[in-house]
Amino acid sequence: MTGLASSILLLTGCTFLLLAALGIVRMPDLYIRMSSSSKAVTLGAGCLAVGLALHMNDAGVTTRSILLILLFLLKAPVAAHMLGRSAYLTGLPLWEATTIDEVTARAENPPEPRGEPPATAADPTEIDPPTPPQS
Amino acid sequence: MTVVGVCFAILCAALLLAFVRLVKGPTVADRVVALDLLAVISVGVIIIHDVATELPVFLDAAIVLALVGFAGTIAFARYLERRGRS
Repeated sequence: MTGLASSILLLTGCTFLLLAALGIVRMPDLYIRMSSSSKAVTLGAGCLAVGLALHMNDAGVTTRSILLILLFLLKAPVAAHMLGRSAYLTGLPLWEATTIDEVTARAENPPEPRGEPPATAADPTEIDPPTPPQS
Repeated sequence: MTVVGVCFAILCAALLLAFVRLVKGPTVADRVVALDLLAVISVGVIIIHDVATELPVFLDAAIVLALVGFAGTIAFARYLERRGRS
C-alpha cells in the first residue's frame, strides 16, 4: 500500500517537473514562463519529497523531506517575485496579447487614498493628483 | 524498478526541455529561469536516485542544491536589476 502510494507520488512529481519544463519552452513570455514553472516546480518537488519519505519510512529521511518541502514553499515565490520585478523594472516587454498591466495602470492613474472621504467633484481644479512614486 | 526507470526517463526529458530554453532564451532572465528549473530537476534526479539505490545519503546534497539554486537566482535577479538601471 505504501509502495503504491509512493510510486504514484513519485510519478506525479516527475510529471509536474516535466510540465514545468514544457511550460518554460512553450510559453510566449518570460512572466508567463515564470508563472508556470514556479507553481509546477513547487508541486512536483513536494510530491517527490513526500514519495521519498513514504518509500524510505525512516525518521531522518522524513525530517529532511519536510525541510525540503518547506524550502521549496519558501523559495519559489520569492525567487519568481524578484526575477519578475527585476525584469519588469529593466523594461522587458510583455507579451503582445497581454491585456492587463496593473503596475503601469496604477502609475498612470493612481487610486484614491484610503481613510479620507471622497473628494467632491464640484471644483476638480482644487484636487491635486498624487504624484506617482519615483522609482 | 520500472517506476524508477519511468521517473528517470521523464526527468531526462524535462532536463532536455530546460536545456532548450537555456540555449534559446532571448534574454538573460529567460536563461536564469531555465537555470533555476535545472537545479530543481537535479534535486528530483537525486531523490529518484535515492529511491533506486535505497540509500538516502544524497538527500543532504539535494537540500544544499536547492539552497544554492535559490541563492543563485536571487543574485542574478539583483544583478539584472542593477545593470538595467545604470
